[in-house]
Amino acid sequence: MQARGAEDKRLKLDSGSHVGVVGGGPAGSFFSYFLLRFAQRVDMDIHLDIYESRNFSVPGPAGCNMCAGVISESLVQILAVEGINLPPEVVQRGINSYVLHMEMGSTIIYTPLDEMRIATVYRGSGPRGVQQLKWSSFDGYLLELAVANGANLVRSRVSGITWNGGKPEVQIKGKPPQAYDLLVGAVGVNSPSLGLFEKLDFQYQQPKVRRTFITELEFGVDLVRTQFGNSMHVFLLNLPKLDFASLIPKGDYVTLCLIGTDIDRKFVESFLDHPVVKECFPADWALAPDACHCSPKFSTADALHPFADRVILIGDSGVTRFNKDGIGAAYRTAKAAAMTAIFEGISAKDFQKHYWPACRAISHDNRFGKLIFAGARLIKKMRYPLYGVLRMVKKEQQRLASQRQMSMVLWDMFTGSARYRDIFFRTLHPYFLARFLIEMVLAIFLASRRDTN
Amino acid sequence: METGRLGKTYPDREVIVREGEVGDCMFVIQAGHVEVTRRVDDREIRIAVLEAGDVFGEMALFGQETRSATVRALGEARVLSIDKREFLRGVHKDPSLAFRILQRMSQRIRDLDAEVARLKARD
Repeated sequence: MQARGAEDKRLKLDSGSHVGVVGGGPAGSFFSYFLLRFAQRVDMDIHLDIYESRNFSVPGPAGCNMCAGVISESLVQILAVEGINLPPEVVQRGINSYVLHMEMGSTIIYTPLDEMRIATVYRGSGPRGVQQLKWSSFDGYLLELAVANGANLVRSRVSGITWNGGKPEVQIKGKPPQAYDLLVGAVGVNSPSLGLFEKLDFQYQQPKVRRTFITELEFGVDLVRTQFGNSMHVFLLNLPKLDFASLIPKGDYVTLCLIGTDIDRKFVESFLDHPVVKECFPADWALAPDACHCSPKFSTADALHPFADRVILIGDSGVTRFNKDGIGAAYRTAKAAAMTAIFEGISAKDFQKHYWPACRAISHDNRFGKLIFAGARLIKKMRYPLYGVLRMVKKEQQRLASQRQMSMVLWDMFTGSARYRDIFFRTLHPYFLARFLIEMVLAIFLASRRDTN
Repeated sequence: METGRLGKTYPDREVIVREGEVGDCMFVIQAGHVEVTRRVDDREIRIAVLEAGDVFGEMALFGQETRSATVRALGEARVLSIDKREFLRGVHKDPSLAFRILQRMSQRIRDLDAEVARLKARD
């Protein structure tokens, strides 16, 4: 991460500085919002351009950033404290519970406060073929927030990024290049624009990725309410290829999200044909052949060297959370980058000292996340531990919220509402382990008695 | 857009927090209004009316004290609770998270100063 023609001490933003943000998804909008707010607090006048060619008010792939669209409980709370209260026009459905489905049974788990604190959203304006635009795009809402705070939206695709006199320069077709004091990459791992940052030659390498499968199932608002309610449905099924599956109720649609290896349309059909899954749907329901679907990439490892002098990458083009809460990671990295740029400086050293710790914390936490999901993969193949989980969760629903250890472990794991490290250490608590062991032994005992009879 | 409402909905006059109780969360109003009252000599005095976007209950999070006032829904009100632990952990990692709360507290002190000055001027 070498310096580019400027001394560290000169690499700071001042009044009149120009900042470019490539990508107007949550990471780019959060960064712009916080940078402009912090600048205002220290009486700094910054000119900020956001490059985003997508129109989020268009339904279907053209306006969508391809994501399951769940805003975690912790992020909903933090955003409210920040003064960003997600309006009902953007939130498709408030979630207050989840239903855990396994081969041996299902159980519902409510939030401790019986309150809607998880939001399901569409990143764009809904699936392809949506008849009536009743809700607004989440990405569009955040972008409008950034613009309302003074960001300038450039609705063009970035065709090139180069260095010019030690400053990064953005090229768009038909316009002269624009040099910036600071350039922010917030394009996400699904955008070809990410490759432009690799060409800047500061040793940046994109994160390793894996594909997920998302498809939209149309039911209409009434059927979504009666069939799925305000619950996310999570499946721990012993199916080859599949790590994790969830049904996420929205307004008129339910989003099916499958994480695993080589998930294709054929696998989706076999998943929907599984007896446990079929129970969730009306008897005569079938997947529409033209249902809107996508196979977006998501990060499984960190990017390398996501910053240099005057350049920084945020959101999942830098470091994000494993399997869950990508929007929460976008918020955290974007805010850390904005604070560094305004209060510390914009050199690689500044980013290393003040921005990188936020990324490192996410990265370290992901190690625990990988352990937890590996444990879940193992357990779902084993009959009696699964029985133990189910028995423990069912019994806990009669207890006080503070005494629902297994339910909260699963809740936090599936919703991304807590740090993986916290979840991991909760599972090692002697009381948790003892209760899990007792329930598992009871399951074995009851099964053997059934066999004897 | 009923499906997209976050938080918990309280009907008119329902108590959200009660003076004297121990508090383990604060609240952000999502929609509607709430009134803040305090008991003085067996009389209930209305201190303030808060609206969407306002925060209440934060004082019990910063000190280990009980709720200093009762808060009720004024008409139907929707309120999002913020866990004490979640909030304080967030502030520990990112102190700027408390900036907005400090701004509001600062505004309240200004309002109280103005009120004290007005009362003293009356004497």
